[in-house]
Amino acid sequence: MSGQGGAPLLRMSDVHVRLSGSHILQGVDLTVRRGGVTALLGRNGAGKTTTVKAVLGLVPSTGVIELTGGDGRTERVDGRRTHEIVRRGIGYAPEDREVFAGLTVAENLALAERRGSDHHHDRVYELFPELQKRSRQLAGTLSGGQQQMVAIARLLLNDNQLLLIDEPTKGLAPLLVAEVADVLARAAEEVTILLVEQNLTVVQRMAQDAVVIDQGRVAWSGPADDLLTDADRTRELLGVAASGGGDHR
Amino acid sequence: MKDRAVNRRNVRRLAPLVVLVVLALLPYSTLNLPGLFDGVLNSPGTLQLLALCLVFGGVALSFDLLFGFTGLLSFGHALYFAAGTYGANLLLTELGWGLGAAIAATTVLGIVLPLVIGSVALRVSGIAFSMVTLATAQVGSIIVLQDPGGLTGGEEGLAVDRTPIPDAFVGVFNTVNKYWLALAYLVLVYAVVTWVTRSRAGRVWQAIRENERRVEVLGLRPYRFKLLVFVLAGLLATLGGIVHLLLLGGSTPRVTTADFTIGLLVMVVLGGAGSRWGAVLGGVLYTYLDSRLTDLASSPAVQDLPAWLRVPLSEPLFILGTLFILVVLFVPGGIAGLVDRLGERRRGRRRPAENPPPGRAVERLRDEIGAGVGGNRPHDGV
Amino acid sequence: MTTFVLLSITGLGLAALYFLVASGLSLIFGLMDVLNFAHGAFLTIGAYGTWWAAGNLPGAGSTGWGFVLAVAFGVGVGTLVAALIELLLIRPLYQRHIEQVLVTVGLSLALVALVRAVWGSDPRPFPRPEWAQGTTSVLGANVPNDRFLLIVSAVVVLVSVLAFLRFTRVGLIIRAGVENRTMVTALGIDVRKAFTLVFAIGGAFAALAGALGGIYLGSISPGQGTSLLIFAFIVVVIGGMSSITGTAAAAVLVGLVQQFANYYAASGVGDLSVVLLLAVVLLARPSGLSARLA
Ligand SMILES: Nc1ncnc2c1ncn2[C@@H]1O[C@H](COP(=O)(O)OP(=O)(O)O)[C@@H](O)[C@H]1O
Ligand SMILES: [Mg+2]
Repeated sequence: MSGQGGAPLLRMSDVHVRLSGSHILQGVDLTVRRGGVTALLGRNGAGKTTTVKAVLGLVPSTGVIELTGGDGRTERVDGRRTHEIVRRGIGYAPEDREVFAGLTVAENLALAERRGSDHHHDRVYELFPELQKRSRQLAGTLSGGQQQMVAIARLLLNDNQLLLIDEPTKGLAPLLVAEVADVLARAAEEVTILLVEQNLTVVQRMAQDAVVIDQGRVAWSGPADDLLTDADRTRELLGVAASGGGDHR
Repeated sequence: MKDRAVNRRNVRRLAPLVVLVVLALLPYSTLNLPGLFDGVLNSPGTLQLLALCLVFGGVALSFDLLFGFTGLLSFGHALYFAAGTYGANLLLTELGWGLGAAIAATTVLGIVLPLVIGSVALRVSGIAFSMVTLATAQVGSIIVLQDPGGLTGGEEGLAVDRTPIPDAFVGVFNTVNKYWLALAYLVLVYAVVTWVTRSRAGRVWQAIRENERRVEVLGLRPYRFKLLVFVLAGLLATLGGIVHLLLLGGSTPRVTTADFTIGLLVMVVLGGAGSRWGAVLGGVLYTYLDSRLTDLASSPAVQDLPAWLRVPLSEPLFILGTLFILVVLFVPGGIAGLVDRLGERRRGRRRPAENPPPGRAVERLRDEIGAGVGGNRPHDGV
Repeated sequence: MTTFVLLSITGLGLAALYFLVASGLSLIFGLMDVLNFAHGAFLTIGAYGTWWAAGNLPGAGSTGWGFVLAVAFGVGVGTLVAALIELLLIRPLYQRHIEQVLVTVGLSLALVALVRAVWGSDPRPFPRPEWAQGTTSVLGANVPNDRFLLIVSAVVVLVSVLAFLRFTRVGLIIRAGVENRTMVTALGIDVRKAFTLVFAIGGAFAALAGALGGIYLGSISPGQGTSLLIFAFIVVVIGGMSSITGTAAAAVLVGLVQQFANYYAASGVGDLSVVLLLAVVLLARPSGLSARLA
């Protein structure tokens, strides 16, 4: 899919977030186009997670956040309650996975079954056979990688139009990073993804567009390739070198 | 323009003084306020009620120090008040100590008791802290009601032996002296609270209320500051208990119960948590209403009402409880918050506030400590 | 031996009462972070609702099925009041936990005062079905039947709550919500519906405790719920704040300790031992005995 295609699916304009006295997002403007992967990049503490949470209504925000549905109708979702926003077809995998440790794998997935959507347990178990084997195990006893599988499985269980995925490869072994990237790349063929990711190899492989956040504002946006092939710009915006190869962690 | 602003600030500064003078001179007034009070202002009955109001204004302020300023929701403040009235009472009545010695010893109790309990209770926070304070206070209540060795008088309460008490504080004719004593207590509490909340410790308390973990990040130990405020609030409540004892000439087990602490909570929220004059006003108002609503219930005006109105109105606690819920729902900040908002609307701008705007107490503290310690932005969730 | 049996079963009866009150408290606290001070008032409402129905409701009475109907009425009123309170007073303060707790504190004052205003503060004799007035011989001890009624009711409630949490979708949502409320909403679930439900369930159990407590004590008074509430709080904390099985275990512990200490030491010592138990548990394990809802 090319970097140019697709009508806007998600649009944020002049979004501000204040949390316990700190002004964390200071006027974020960004657009995610339908189809493919948009990477949300930035240094630690830049405001990436907060941006994602603002879309979901998990933090109070001001400004405009609009979603365009499959029928082409555009609706403001800022100020709506989280479950209502999510029911418009959004899947969310948070930074710390947040699977329910006290529930079994099967229960975690059952809980994620959303009203008004088909539930693709077969697809999920086909992607992650490991989860089927462990379906009666408590999620809290799974390894970090397996928990991430549960978190991603929750995303793919329902028919979504947009997935918000916050650092899915954080803390995973290199082999698992590749596996997660594979699964997400396959998912991206059917659904739009806004991906927060520190691993630039993964970004390079998956993303068409990129948005860089710095100190609560959008510092750069454009085709992902333009960013990653420009070592100076990458260093300036992200404080790391785009390696093209190995894992920078 | 500028002159008027300065004048207004002076008025604000002078207001407590004016109120104090009026309160001090009140016993010389023979004003009759029918409806508000039964007798003329300086009749013993009215002065007694006013004195009670003043004492509870002070006790409410001591509770506000914990709840409003530091964010510690204790459900055991009654224990320290009860320690004051029962402690002094036992020393006077059972051991026959002089008043001075009894007050001194009870004061020590008022420091040691919250110190011991606080050092345990403050190891947990949030609701668990509320529960530990509730449970420890319950111990006091159980002991008093069990009447061990006939010491505390159980449900009957314990009348104080008047011999060691100076004549000036005994009897209906000396109600005016007790009134002044109550006023002195309130002034003391108000002065102490004003002083400490403006001190550095006070700023740490407010920062703890806002975000305890960030205070830790600044390199301070919240535990010590919380213990300090717990002991200070306990001590002030104990002193209030002593004054209450002299005022009533005895101790009643009602002051040991969780309901008594809940009453303090209602006072503070009604008047405005985190506001000094608000808490005092809440204490005064609650005590006044509690007493007057009981009289109102038996008045012909209420007795003639239809049953569906008369029955609920006959219970002061129903009215106070309902009022409290309405304040929580619709008047955030209580009376003090309401007055602040009205004042802002009239002036169209904020006055330079002594308290930082919400969410700013930690920043202010950090600026004060200096950028060197906590100058960097805190990390996630802190 | 007979004393021991009698004390044990009476202690378990008391534990049953504590459990009925505390289980609702811990569900509400676990899911909503609200310590519900109005819970004692639900108990009072259940007791007075049953008492009123036994005397006034057609078909209801103080014996047999009539009494069952009276209890059902009391429980129904308690459930309804609890659900309405959540909808009208707690929900508007969504996510403002301190204010929510304050509202329940205000309710605990106002509701109990209202009951007192209507029916007076003196204790009222409570109807006791004949069967509950009899005794059953257990290992030589003559145990009043009302103890068994309490214990059986509590066990039935415990088993049904556990089954409900385990096997229904709402139960799943509640268990997940106790663990991580935010993530539940991020899965597209309106968790507020579960809030109303746990309030209603809690109200029902507390009201049942009110009716059963009336049989056990033989009379009811407006302040009864509040005094029981403090011990129920202690049970909740010892039980781990949000665990049903933990709450059940803690209720048994507290009920037995209280009975035995009150009997073998002195009246009042049992109550003090319970507070001491709380202090020990909190200092040893700040989160209580167990940390999860199950
Ligand atoms: N609840 C909160 N209260 C105050 N500050 C917060 C809160 N959550 C996050 N922050 C701050 O907001 C900034 C941005 O955080 P975040 O969005 O998590 O960054 P990122 O995901 O880009 O690493 C950080 O400085 C963080 O400390
Ligand atoms: Mg992040």
